[in-house]
Amino acid sequence: MLKDITLGQYFPGDSAIHRMDPRMKLILTIVYIVGVFMVSNLPGYLLALAFLYLVVRISGIQFSYLVKGVKPLRFIILFTFVLNLFFVQGETPILSLGFFTLTKEALDNAIYFALRLVFLVMGTSVLTLTTSPVQLTDGLERLMRPLQRFHFPAHELAMMMTIALRFIPTLLEETDKIQKAQMARGADFESGNLIARAKAMIPLLVPLFVSAFRRANDLAMAMEARCYRGGDHRTRLRELKYTKLDAIGALAMAAFLFVVVLEGRLLG
Amino acid sequence: MAKPEENRIIASTLSYAYPDAEKNAVSGVTMRVRNGEFLAILGHNGSGKSTLAKLFNALYVPTEGNVWVCGLDTRDDDLVFDIRQHAGMVFQNPDNQIVATVVEEDVAFGLENNGVEPGEIRVRIDEALKAVNMTRYAKKAPHMLSGGQKQRVAIAGVLAMKPDVIILDESTAMLDPSGRAEVMNTVHRLNKEEGISVVIITHYMGEAATADYVIVMDEGRIAMSGTPREVFTQVDAVRELGLDVPPMTDLAHMLRADGLDVRADVLTVDEMVEEVCRLSSSI
Amino acid sequence: MSIVIEHLNYVYMTGGPYETKALSDVNLTIHDGEFIGLIGHTGSGKSTLVQHLNGLIMPTSGRVLVDGMDLADKATDRRAIRQRVGLVFQYPENQLFEETVEKDIAFGPRNLGLDEAEIDRRVKDAMRRVALDYDRLHDRSVFELSGGQMRRVAIAGVLAMEPQVLVLDEPCAGLDPRGREEILGLIKKLHEEAGTTIVMVSHSMDDVASLAERVIVMNHGELVMDGVPRDVFSCGEELRGMGLDVPQAVQLADKLRERGFDIPEGIYRIEEIKTEIEKIAAKGGRHA
Repeated sequence: MLKDITLGQYFPGDSAIHRMDPRMKLILTIVYIVGVFMVSNLPGYLLALAFLYLVVRISGIQFSYLVKGVKPLRFIILFTFVLNLFFVQGETPILSLGFFTLTKEALDNAIYFALRLVFLVMGTSVLTLTTSPVQLTDGLERLMRPLQRFHFPAHELAMMMTIALRFIPTLLEETDKIQKAQMARGADFESGNLIARAKAMIPLLVPLFVSAFRRANDLAMAMEARCYRGGDHRTRLRELKYTKLDAIGALAMAAFLFVVVLEGRLLG
Repeated sequence: MAKPEENRIIASTLSYAYPDAEKNAVSGVTMRVRNGEFLAILGHNGSGKSTLAKLFNALYVPTEGNVWVCGLDTRDDDLVFDIRQHAGMVFQNPDNQIVATVVEEDVAFGLENNGVEPGEIRVRIDEALKAVNMTRYAKKAPHMLSGGQKQRVAIAGVLAMKPDVIILDESTAMLDPSGRAEVMNTVHRLNKEEGISVVIITHYMGEAATADYVIVMDEGRIAMSGTPREVFTQVDAVRELGLDVPPMTDLAHMLRADGLDVRADVLTVDEMVEEVCRLSSSI
Repeated sequence: MSIVIEHLNYVYMTGGPYETKALSDVNLTIHDGEFIGLIGHTGSGKSTLVQHLNGLIMPTSGRVLVDGMDLADKATDRRAIRQRVGLVFQYPENQLFEETVEKDIAFGPRNLGLDEAEIDRRVKDAMRRVALDYDRLHDRSVFELSGGQMRRVAIAGVLAMEPQVLVLDEPCAGLDPRGREEILGLIKKLHEEAGTTIVMVSHSMDDVASLAERVIVMNHGELVMDGVPRDVFSCGEELRGMGLDVPQAVQLADKLRERGFDIPEGIYRIEEIKTEIEKIAAKGGRHA
């Protein structure tokens, strides 16, 4: 289940999409999602799909991989769909079952919302699949840098993300070890009702927290010893530079938006 | 009086108490680390040896007395980052001191903090990784490395800052024998070839035996000091302090107790072989 | 009670790009009352092997039989097996979680569903075995103790299950010489007084040489040596080739033999080499 989630996974590669500047990819992803949210007819979604398909083809990632990433979220999407069916007020009834009346407006809305969610997930997946976590945090930090003037902790947030990424494998390994150690002492994590299972987690969570705090303490000292003093005057090994690829990407996205808006005017 | 130009670190009547602690963790320590010296600080757990190390890097500020690192007083707030650049520190747990998700980015961490230009960072990372033999792991994720390799990355991170002294605070304690050997060989080479002073905090006697000078801590004070030979010869005193002596020194001690004429200051297997040869040839 | 391992294979992350063979065709019988030293460098498969002994890991192929019961068999009660085969992990103090020493040690017995009186008896007995003073320490928080004490609490937590076989993964890792001696001393006593079968995983040849009656060496997931310490340590070259240390007494004996001294094979303890050196001195040298 957990390993099916493609959101946040990185797929190493050397395609044009991979080589684009992470800042540009972040911006374009947001623009794409906004674009998709402006669409409100089926041909528009076909356009969005075609654009996404093109990008995925260039990146060298299999499209089915992207579709698989939507699967774990199918219940949330279904839930939104049903919610829209019930709560959107409309004027054109199609179907009437007792006190419930299904209207055309509600059905349209439900379909569009579900599709928007699907595109949201797939669009973000393209970003994370083609951008390494390091590049992603770099890009985020630098995009948010102007906000530092308003005391927005851009550097701190990026540092937190880096550290979290660095320690996730370590803590997963540790969880496995503690769980096995408690199982060796007769602990049972598998059977029993919900309360019993939640209780069985305590022997796991307490040592994990203790260890996480100790690690945080150690790490803080190690960072201090290496002259860490926050984001001011800090340089970076890797400087981000926009290239021709980014310009092409931006143009392609602008073209897509233009077509979407135009199509909306003509058909919507 | 100890002159700063001959010494990397000078501690004078140095004491430190943790906040809310009744007793001093380090108490009245006066010592120095000479240029190019390889110094070992020994002691059982809780003897104050790790606290001492953290005083050398301005992570802790003395309660009493002073520490000068390359002539810089660690009490001076404005000098903290200079001091940390001169005296690099490698810690015990390899997992808890690597910050970045890629080896070379981690080596860059200290340089980035100090505002070094990206081009210069690149050059220094490459040099540092080469010096610890980790060049081919530059793009790897740290959690895929062995303990010894992670510690070598940590050493490279310190080395990239071009320090005058490297302090290893029990950096071999969590490693297996081959990992320990990797780390020890690396710092010995840096000491010999680059002339960097090294301070190792350890409770492994074998590691201390390779040092130029040994200081044994107990209850926050210096209990013994001297060359490894001078210290380990006092087998009973060393044991009294909760430490081992190298097995060959122990053997020499036992043989002498049985009335055999072997040198008391034997440290290595080869030296013991020589002693046995001497015993058998002398009639 | 014996543990029999037949043609044991274990593969990590089957099918993926990171597929690694951790154990390959391991055959081993652990007899009642043995003291086994299990050595091998990091990644040799020794920790993986040890986790098979009480069913924390299931074999990819092959069988593990504890007292004749196949651990992979659905009918086998794995929790009952885990009571009989106690496993102390590396740095076991990192798994402590209860508010007090007493409660933490009682965790295992409580999981076994024992009554309060029996739990109490076991906690007291386990604390005595690891030389922790019940009256002084039982209601202390585990997080106030020293590192060495925490480790002993963790070992007591496994001993309170009253296992017949005790497996310890690097019980002395990270301890100073005094702490190491204490732990080794209590393991030795457990073996001698309670007759507990011991399997001790260690990097330290000197620790293994001083305690174990049988030494097993793992390398690249294979069991490469199995015998009495005397025989295993006489293969100095092979051990060094696997990145392992050889006890210094063995190194000395080898070098003296090279110099033409007549040192018997199979010497591995400092006391033994001392006797040999004294023989040499008596023959050729003079006394001081």
